[in-house]
Amino acid sequence: MAEASKKMVVSDEVAIQITAMNKWYGQFHVLRDINMTVQRGERIVICGPSGSGKSTLIRCINRLEEHQSGQIIVDGTELTNDIKNIDKVRSEVGMVFQHFNLFPHLTILENCTLAPIWVRKVPRKEAEETAMHYLTKVKIPDQAHKYPGQLSGGQQQRVAIARSLCMKPRIMLFDEPTSALDPEMIKEVLDTMIQLAEEGMTMLCVTHEMGFAQAVANRVIFMDKGQIVEQNEPREFFNNPQSERTKLFLSQILGH
Amino acid sequence: MASPLFVRNDMLPPLPPPAGERGVVKWLRENLFSSVLNSVLTLLACLAVLWLASFILPWLAHSVWNASSLAECREKIAASFGPEAAGPCWAVIRLRWNQFLFGLYPQAEYWRPTTAAALMMVSLSPVLYYGLRRPALNITVTMTVLLVLALIGLGTDWGHIVLSVAIMLALMAVAATAPKRLLWLTLLFPFIAFFLIWGGPIWTAVGTLAGFVIFALVWQFVQKPLGVVVGAGVGLVVAAIWWTSLQSSVTGVLAAALPWGLPYVVSDNIGGFLLAFVIGITAISASLPIGVLLALGRRSDMPLIHSLSVGFIEFFRGVPLITVLFAANFLLLYFLPPRTNFDLILRVIIVVIIFASAYIAEVIRGGLAALPRGQYEAADALGLDYWQAQRLIIMPQALKISIPGIVSSFIGLFKDTTLVALVGLMDPLQGVTKIVRSDNAWKGLYWEPYIFVGGIFFLVCFSMSRYSMYLERKLKTDHR
Repeated sequence: MAEASKKMVVSDEVAIQITAMNKWYGQFHVLRDINMTVQRGERIVICGPSGSGKSTLIRCINRLEEHQSGQIIVDGTELTNDIKNIDKVRSEVGMVFQHFNLFPHLTILENCTLAPIWVRKVPRKEAEETAMHYLTKVKIPDQAHKYPGQLSGGQQQRVAIARSLCMKPRIMLFDEPTSALDPEMIKEVLDTMIQLAEEGMTMLCVTHEMGFAQAVANRVIFMDKGQIVEQNEPREFFNNPQSERTKLFLSQILGH
Repeated sequence: MASPLFVRNDMLPPLPPPAGERGVVKWLRENLFSSVLNSVLTLLACLAVLWLASFILPWLAHSVWNASSLAECREKIAASFGPEAAGPCWAVIRLRWNQFLFGLYPQAEYWRPTTAAALMMVSLSPVLYYGLRRPALNITVTMTVLLVLALIGLGTDWGHIVLSVAIMLALMAVAATAPKRLLWLTLLFPFIAFFLIWGGPIWTAVGTLAGFVIFALVWQFVQKPLGVVVGAGVGLVVAAIWWTSLQSSVTGVLAAALPWGLPYVVSDNIGGFLLAFVIGITAISASLPIGVLLALGRRSDMPLIHSLSVGFIEFFRGVPLITVLFAANFLLLYFLPPRTNFDLILRVIIVVIIFASAYIAEVIRGGLAALPRGQYEAADALGLDYWQAQRLIIMPQALKISIPGIVSSFIGLFKDTTLVALVGLMDPLQGVTKIVRSDNAWKGLYWEPYIFVGGIFFLVCFSMSRYSMYLERKLKTDHR
C-alpha cells in the first residue's frame, strides 16, 4: 500500500478554500478560526479526539452545518444562505456517512440512480448504466436489486460510496466511514477508498484508520478543541509529531 | 492442569428440532397450555364463548325474513318456536334496504349512485394497487358484473344499463392494457360522482373541474420563478376568482347552449350509506394530502407557516367534531360572499376534511419524527431540493411508518360520519333508522336496524384495516 501514494498527483488548482471560519452551537464555540486550502487531487485525513470538531468541519463543506463567520469556497462557489449555491455545491461534493444513510425503501439500484435522475436530469436508462458501472467498481453488482436491509454493513457502505460516485462528484467527503463496521468489513471499504484515491479523487476523510492515512493521504490534519493543531505529510506526522497534544493523541491510538 | 487447547475439525450440520417442538402440539403448548394458570384461563374462555353462543345462536336461528310488520313477525316466531321464543325480524331490512342505502333518493335515479359506487371502486384500484394489472382488472371485472346485477335488480331502464356497462367495458380495456392510466379516472372521479349523484347540468361539474385545471396551470407557470409555495398560493387565488365570480356565468351560457344534464336531486333526499360514503370517502381522500402539507408546515423553519399550521392543527383537534358541524350548518355561510347558496352536504364535507386533516397531520408528524436525521442529511448531501427530498425520501418512509395511525384515523372518521345526523342530515345509523322505526308497522323494533348498519360499518372498517396490513407487508423492505 505504501507505494500507492507515489502515483497520485496533486494539481495547483484549488478545490476548497476555507478562510477564518468560525462556528458555534449556541454558546459553544465548536470550530475556531479554521483556515485551510485543499488542492485538487489531494487526499486529506482529518483525525483528533471525539468532540474536536472534525466531523463538523467536513459537514460545513457541503453545508449540512452552517458556519457563522468566515468564508468557505468550494469549487469556486461560496457557501452562503443562497439555496442555489448550496444545491450546486452539494451536487458536486459527494458524502459518505458513518451510518451509511442508504434509503431503506429503495433498492440498491434505485438508491444509486435517484439523485442523477432527479438532480442531474439524466435519463433513467443512462443513470442505471452508470449505477451498474460504479456498483461493479465497488464489487457488488449482483446485489443491485436487493434492499439495503439485506446487505452487510460493509456492503452497505460500499453502496453508499457508489451512490455518491453516481453523481460524478469532484470532491468526496468521508465522515468516519468505517467506525460502525466489524473488523472484517473495514478492509473491504478501505480498499474501495484506496482505489478511489488512486484514481485522483479529491478526498477529505475523517477517520481513525491510521493505516489508511499512511497509505494514501498526502496530508494529515490533527484537530483538538475546534482548532487545527497540527498538519503535516503522513510520514512526518506519525514519526515526528511536533505538538504535545499530537504526541499524546498518537501515543494513545498507536500505543497498543 | 489440563491444556485449554480445543480444536474443532468437523463443523456440525444443522438438525431438525425435536418432535415436541414442531407443529400443532408445540403451538397448543406454547399458546394455550403453557402453565397451569394459562390452561385454566383457556378453559374458562372456551366456556364463556359457549355461554354467549348459547344465547345468540338460538336468537339468530329464530330469524324471520318475510313479514310486513313487527306484529306479524312476532306471531311467526311464536307460531314456530313457542310463545317464549325471541328472534330478530330481518324482514324490515328486506323491505327498507333501499332507504338504508340511498335515503330518500328518487327511486328512478338509483342507477346513478350505483354506477358512481362501481366507478369509485375502479378509481380506487390505481391508488390501492398502483401499477398492478391483476388487481386493477379483477376489481374492474367484478365491479362490472356487480353493477349489471345491481342495475337489473334496481329495475333500471335498458338505456342506462347499456351506458353504464359501456363505460365499465372501456375501463376494463384500460385496466388490461395500461393500469396506470386508470389514475386519470381517479383524478376525474370526484367530478363524475358529484355530477352523477346531484345531477343538474353537466357544466357545473366541468366548470368546477376547470377551476382545478386553472389552479394547476397557474401553479406550474408561477412556481418556476417564485417557488412552490408562492405558486400554489397564486394558483389558489386565481382558481378562487374563477369559482366565485366567473364560473357561474360561463357555465350558464354553456348550459343554455347545450342543455346536457341529469335531473337534479336535492341534498335533503341524499341519505343512508350513500351519504356516509360521500362524506367519508371525500374526507379520507382529501385529508391525507392536506394532512401531509400541515405536518410539513408544522416542521417548517418559516415562522409564519409554522405558526399557522400549529394554530390550525391545535384548534381543530381541540374542538369536538359536533361543534365544527354546527359551525358548518350555521356559521360558514356568514364567511362566504352573500347570496352563495352553499349546499349543506358540501359544507359538512369541508369541515369534516378540515377536522380530519388536523388529526392526520399529527399522525404523519409522528412518522416524520421517527425518521433518523441521516435520511434528511443523505438527501441533502445528494443535492435533492426540499420538495424532491420530501417526495422521494422522507414521505414514502414517514407515511409507511404512519400507516397504522392513518388507517385508525380513517376508520374513526368513517364512523364519525354518522354524527352528521345532528345537523339534520340523514345518516344510516340515526337518520334512516329513525324514519324506519317511526313507521307504525315497525314501532317497537330495536336491534335489527342497528345490527344491520353496524354490520356494514364493520365490514367497511375491517376491510380498511386488512388493506393496511397488506400495505404494511408489501412495503416492508427493512427485512429485520
